[in-house]
Amino acid sequence: MAEYLASYFDSQWHWVAYALVGLVQAGLLLALILTGAAVFIWMERKIAGRIQDRLGPSRVGGRFGWLQSLADGIKLIAKEDIVPAAADGLLFRIAPYISFMAAFSVFLAIPLADGWVALRMNVAVFFILAVAGLEVLGVVLAGYASGSKWSLFGAMREAAQVVSYEVPLGLCVVVPVMVVGSMDLVEIGRAQSGWFWQWLIFHDPFTFITFWVFFTCALASVNRLPFDMPEAESELVAGFMTEYSGFRWSVFFMAEYTSMFAVSCLAAILFFGGWNGPIPLATMIGLTPDNGALTEWLGNLLGMMNLIAKGFFGVTVMIWTRWSLPRLRIDQVLTTCLKYCIPLAAAMFLGAMLWLYAFPGGVVSRFVQTSPVGGTPTPVAVVDGKGGV
Amino acid sequence: METAAINWHSFFFLLFALVACTFAVAMLLSSNIVRMAFYLVISLGAVSGLFFLAGADFVGALQLMIYVGGTVVVLIFGVMLTARAPFLRMRTGVAQWALAAIVGGCLLAVLLQAALSVDEWAPPSMVGENPPVSNTYTAAPLGLGVLGVRVDQLDEEDATLRNGMSGYLLPFEIVSIHLLVVLIGAAYLARTKRRPKEPTGDRQETVEPMISSGK
Repeated sequence: MAEYLASYFDSQWHWVAYALVGLVQAGLLLALILTGAAVFIWMERKIAGRIQDRLGPSRVGGRFGWLQSLADGIKLIAKEDIVPAAADGLLFRIAPYISFMAAFSVFLAIPLADGWVALRMNVAVFFILAVAGLEVLGVVLAGYASGSKWSLFGAMREAAQVVSYEVPLGLCVVVPVMVVGSMDLVEIGRAQSGWFWQWLIFHDPFTFITFWVFFTCALASVNRLPFDMPEAESELVAGFMTEYSGFRWSVFFMAEYTSMFAVSCLAAILFFGGWNGPIPLATMIGLTPDNGALTEWLGNLLGMMNLIAKGFFGVTVMIWTRWSLPRLRIDQVLTTCLKYCIPLAAAMFLGAMLWLYAFPGGVVSRFVQTSPVGGTPTPVAVVDGKGGV
Repeated sequence: METAAINWHSFFFLLFALVACTFAVAMLLSSNIVRMAFYLVISLGAVSGLFFLAGADFVGALQLMIYVGGTVVVLIFGVMLTARAPFLRMRTGVAQWALAAIVGGCLLAVLLQAALSVDEWAPPSMVGENPPVSNTYTAAPLGLGVLGVRVDQLDEEDATLRNGMSGYLLPFEIVSIHLLVVLIGAAYLARTKRRPKEPTGDRQETVEPMISSGK
């Protein structure tokens, strides 16, 4: 896109084109996740209300209170920004932005459709794990710099929780990477094109279980109930956010909802076909690259809507879980991770590896002889010695 | 008319380099231990930005995960759990400064000499119009190399070299076991030093006298 735009400029003005393209892409991503965060907060309150037999927000913006998040945003921006006297001012001020930046940067590497990705990397999965792990830095700094007991407790719990859950999360992510044979998320998405039985979650029983372990660990790594340790409203006031108010407080919330959406999108790409629907609708009505650039674009648009819908569904399940399950204690959280999630993830890793060795080419595609555009998943169990992928 | 053009690659290179150097110096000059860790994180993060800029996505992500993430863990478990007072400050003596300056200066001299002596690392202005930047490598050969399959040596004449004799699996495993031993040892050492009565009790008297009155 940058080269295309730059061709309209004189050579000495190429830098303007590159800057414009960069700004537009960053702006689009920011628009997606900020609108997403606003919708998720409204959704959370609405779903929470319904689960608790209340109405939830119902006044602002008409019948469903759908402008509630906007009203809250205006209120939060207008509120006073308080820094406690005992706090470390610089770190206290900067911490929310670190969390948000980490959550936002994940979207750099998440493809929204086939090839529609801000930064295509051949190690996108690894990049996402590395960047998402940085969110803990903001939380720990916030907890430490607040100069408050509740904040420090929250930060310590976050540290213990996130550092332990990164291990099973990484193990779970390796399984789809191994099945497809690539860490490039675009490749992983392409490998699942076609009907829903091409999705990696239905690839074999081990990937099926892996997804649930992944989802549990993802819940823990984004600090959602039942793993809501750092915040724990009923024990720690508000955990690491106790001393925050106004805009900085809302930045923490935007970071939380952004990372929820990010792990949902990641789960959708790794296990649920990404932009490939349950039914290959785009292929059926001819929206493929073979029929020209416009149809390819329309097909990608459909795929992006598909992926975003899957991400929304993931966030909805997270909200549903939050209002259905009670909070675990911190020792139970760590027990869940170390005694259940890690052994399960390790066993699934081994199992998936043996399965790939036993059935190279998959089981389902052996019985269901469909060959959608893009081909069936090509598992790389025994590397051919020419670079594998 | 070249003055109007901005080379974004150079711009971001200089930006990341500046950030890395500035915060490295800031880390040296600061005495607040958590701020030092924070500056170190920013400096290391900027270095990973340099890696991404060079097209080395894998190394950049590794830098983020190992160095930046590792500093966070060091900050949490090394500093916060062992600190006896909140907002701990560290004083560095003159002798330590002098020693560190000598060692650091020597290392800098060696590295600079080495870096400037390699022709391929010269800035693009010395090489020509189009610097040879390629992003076609994947991480797969690296992983296979760790497993003992040297993809880059397939053209090797010698059969023993071609068949993965030069893999890195054994050194890799030895380093892993070594690290595990170090981790267990560190956990054991940290464990014996803990006082049983007051895990974080120090904070109460110094920071919040009002709350500590309820004790």
